[in-house]
Amino acid sequence: MSYLRGLWIVFLHLFRRSDTVQYPKEMTYLPPRFRGRIILSRDPDGGERCVACYLCAVACPVDCIALQATEDESGRRYPAWFRINFSRCIYCGFCEEACPTYAIQLTPDTEMSEYARASMVYEKEDLQIAGTGKYHDYNFYRVAGLSIGGKGKGEAENEAPPVDSKRLLP
Amino acid sequence: MACLTRPREGNRVAISDEEAVRFRATVIELLMISHPHDCPVCDEGGECHLQDMTVMTGHVYRRYPYRKRTFENHDLGPFVTHEMNRCIQCYRCLRFYVDYAGGHDFDAFGLRNEVYFGRLRDGALDSEFSGNLVEVCPVGVFDDKTLAAHYTRKWDLQTAPAVCAFCGRGCNTIAGERYGELRRVLNRFNGEVNGYFLCDRGRYAYESVNGAERVRKPIVGLSGLSASELVRGLGARLESALGERRVAVGARPRVARPRPVGIGSPRASLEANFALKRLVGAERFFLGLADGEQTLVERAAELLREGPSPAPTLHDIEAADLVLVLGEDLTNTAPMLDFSVRRWARLRPTVAEERLGIARWNDAGVGAVKKEEPSALWLATTHAGKLDEIAAETFHAAPDDLARFALALAAALDSKGGSRTAGEPPQKSRSAKARSAKRSAADGPSASLTADGPASDGDARLERFAAALRAARRPVVISGVSCGSLALLEAAAALARALPGPPPAAAAPLALVVPEVNSMGLVLLGGGRLSEAFRLAAEGDVEVALVIENDLYRRAPAAQVEAFLKASRTAIVIDHVKTATMAAAAAVLPAASWAEATGTFVSHEGRAQRSFQVMVPPRPVQPTWRWLSALASAARLPAGQNWLRLDDVLAELARERPDLAPAALVAPNADARVADMKIPRQASRYSGRTAMHADVSVFEPTPPDDHDAPLSFSMEGYRDEPPAPLVTRFHAPRWNSVQALNKFQQEVGGPLRGGDPGVRLIEPPAVPTSIPAAAQSSTAVTPSPPRPAAAPSSRPAPPPAFRPALDRLLAVPLHHIYGSEELSMLSPPVAGRAPAAYVALNALDAERLGAREGRPLKVTLDELHLSLPVRIVASLPEGVAGLPVGLPGQPFVALPAELEIEHEDGHA
Ligand code: SF4
Ligand code: SF4
Ligand code: SF4
Ligand code: SF4
Repeated sequence: MSYLRGLWIVFLHLFRRSDTVQYPKEMTYLPPRFRGRIILSRDPDGGERCVACYLCAVACPVDCIALQATEDESGRRYPAWFRINFSRCIYCGFCEEACPTYAIQLTPDTEMSEYARASMVYEKEDLQIAGTGKYHDYNFYRVAGLSIGGKGKGEAENEAPPVDSKRLLP
Repeated sequence: MACLTRPREGNRVAISDEEAVRFRATVIELLMISHPHDCPVCDEGGECHLQDMTVMTGHVYRRYPYRKRTFENHDLGPFVTHEMNRCIQCYRCLRFYVDYAGGHDFDAFGLRNEVYFGRLRDGALDSEFSGNLVEVCPVGVFDDKTLAAHYTRKWDLQTAPAVCAFCGRGCNTIAGERYGELRRVLNRFNGEVNGYFLCDRGRYAYESVNGAERVRKPIVGLSGLSASELVRGLGARLESALGERRVAVGARPRVARPRPVGIGSPRASLEANFALKRLVGAERFFLGLADGEQTLVERAAELLREGPSPAPTLHDIEAADLVLVLGEDLTNTAPMLDFSVRRWARLRPTVAEERLGIARWNDAGVGAVKKEEPSALWLATTHAGKLDEIAAETFHAAPDDLARFALALAAALDSKGGSRTAGEPPQKSRSAKARSAKRSAADGPSASLTADGPASDGDARLERFAAALRAARRPVVISGVSCGSLALLEAAAALARALPGPPPAAAAPLALVVPEVNSMGLVLLGGGRLSEAFRLAAEGDVEVALVIENDLYRRAPAAQVEAFLKASRTAIVIDHVKTATMAAAAAVLPAASWAEATGTFVSHEGRAQRSFQVMVPPRPVQPTWRWLSALASAARLPAGQNWLRLDDVLAELARERPDLAPAALVAPNADARVADMKIPRQASRYSGRTAMHADVSVFEPTPPDDHDAPLSFSMEGYRDEPPAPLVTRFHAPRWNSVQALNKFQQEVGGPLRGGDPGVRLIEPPAVPTSIPAAAQSSTAVTPSPPRPAAAPSSRPAPPPAFRPALDRLLAVPLHHIYGSEELSMLSPPVAGRAPAAYVALNALDAERLGAREGRPLKVTLDELHLSLPVRIVASLPEGVAGLPVGLPGQPFVALPAELEIEHEDGHA
């Protein structure tokens, strides 16, 4: 009897919608927060978001992020170079969580197979995208007090104009 | 608040009471209301005391809805950054920079919650200790500008305990590397040497290690030999040179055939110099110091060894009640001694403090009392220095006159000490003093000691100095070799002998400043003079000249060096920076710099200290002693062939030189382990391990082995507190900032646990032999502390008084913290602050010679014709000119020397 029941269920499955997709001809849906290939995003003004703070690098459990900070004439920090060795990355997302600027983000792209491991080493040019990624509004330099080109002291969010240190009025 | 309350018997102190915890949290929250929210771009981030405290007290979300106060910044020059928004108004910077370092160009401006810390306007900070603001400021207002140029977080720096390589003081540092580049130097606390601070030369000279001036590949005439081929070739050369000697010595000892000579260096480690000495043999080893300097440093070492004056530690200076500086411009010759003197001047215990019951920790109280007290610093130097302003009195004279002055002081002390002149009344007339002075020295200093004023002036000054010294119970004398005067060195020692010392020392501590990091070690090792090497070469007795880490053009006149290099046929230079000496070398081998090799250095007080390798240099760069050992093997010499590790060199050194054996014990050897582990040079959070080399190869290299030290080039190893000489960083769980140091000290402000590192190689004999029994017994009955009276017969005869001549001046050396030291000048930030060459004249002399400030003056000295811009230095004595020492490109001159003015009326 149970045999017949089993056969019946299998038979019914012939008429169900199939879960298997014909990858790569067909793509499955991956939500935006899926943890795949890592990118470096830009702030809403189009400036480089990463401020080269090294927090992603230190958070990474497999130490596969290395970078070098530098700054432009106006004092704005950015990475001179930024490297992720994806052949070591475990896509844990710790780097994204550590990032204070939303610069580093994991994306729903998982198609990263390569024949040579060396091809899995991504440099800054390979990581940078043109947009803001998942977070559209945040701009670190608008909040932080550091002055950079186009934003002087006292012009960040919630800031009073700079103090005149030679004034002695109470 | 408890921190300003004097503890009393029966007090109960709770620091973890709920109310105390809450109170601390609110304090931090208050400090954070104007915080600019920029930790990610702040160089202090990851080693910030405010960050640590915020995390520890648990403040997370901003509740304060109002606007943040902001400030504009200043450009503070090449050393220190300024970002005032981060300030928490703790006043530490002001207290350090103004109260302790004696800076004048820094202040607090404004009032209430808007107090501003900085200069009046943009401009480089003037103090030689400005770099300490980086560590003193608990937040990121002041940070290291040179680090910012290649910024790396503390946790990413591979660090090791090093010894500052840029003067003879031997301050302890922590140097940090990232991506094959040296990136920062921080202070490493050593309570006996440098305490919490460094000078700016020591902090910012590190870039010379990365510089374009480095030698990284062997350099041979034309052929592109590999390092090993080169060593084989040179070894064969050496072997043949030595082989001939063997034959020659066996057959007819007196007919010498050409042989190798070795020229050591005061900037090379003890091990490197020892390896060279072993290789070429003791009688063919030359120290590589300028002849005059060698005489002086050798004498300085002897004086320390003979005693009875011990060299003072930092503690001795701190406990002094008078400091007398003879002939040293400390700010420029041993900057951290200058700082120690300033700190002492501010903190020295005084009677008034005791009377008023002011506790030592009460900084404001102590400072207020000090303002009322007369200074206890007495200076006798050739020209005014920065210390002058805090001195009780200064005396500027030619070196010989300084020596006479010191001897006259010693004589004046004797006569007052009363041990041999008991019959004389305590208040003596001038003639009595002169009489006793006559008796105490063969050619007693006459009443007219000084060249710069009427006799009575000089006498009154002498009497003031003498009176102060007589009253002192724990004086310290500081002198050195920078004046180039042997007479002054002797006189300083004689004076120290005549002064009381802290028990058990029988005489006042005497600090003798020497110029370079291992000057003292080199002299203790011992070797011949450069001129002898030159003579051997001129006689055709040199086949191979081995020069290690030394630019001979800085040690002797160019013509002599050239002749020597030419005459010695094959010159092999082993060095880490390009030097003029290399031009004539047959081969140059790339040596490891101080940051790339472990080695032992002996500071001016005779303290041997181990400086550990920070980074692994790219091949074939290796420590000098390894090159020498390789050469020895290639030449099939027994000496040094089997040296594989530094410990082998040190073991051999200890065997051969028992007096230097303690140098092997200054730090645990390479086999030492803590809990079976090495001490890691990398923090546990060191990042990027699997990515930093991935552009070259995705296969991570194995961490290099360190055969010379119990430290590893990795994150793995013993994580808890290592033995004091092996402290690679000050860090404790939750204490990421330099404040973690307090976890490494026995108590706050006390020595490191296990004792401050370093071992003195020279201590004077415990029981002084030079004091006659009579003097000892007589001191026993005097109420004042034992005042040893050196046998006057042993006192050196004073040199003749200096007489200014009409047409020639006496050129004395002027040292510059930025400029006089060879390696530091290869660091751009330091070089940028160095002066251009000049000749300094006293205003009267300048007028007499028709010279004007800034205008070139043609001078001749030592057959050199130079045209130098004039700088008027009012404090120089009449008849004395000053020449800066060691500026790059300036020809060598042995100073002091006669300087003739070339008149150019005809062709101007
Ligand atoms: S996802 Fe995880 S493993 Fe990958 S780079 Fe980020 S922190 Fe490192
Ligand atoms: S954490 Fe973000 S801002 Fe910081 S270095 Fe990484 S990507 Fe850049
Ligand atoms: S030390 Fe730093 S935080 Fe403290 S007052 Fe000075 S600038 Fe401000
Ligand atoms: S005083 Fe000398 S040893 Fe000390 S930090 Fe300065 S240069 Fe270095």
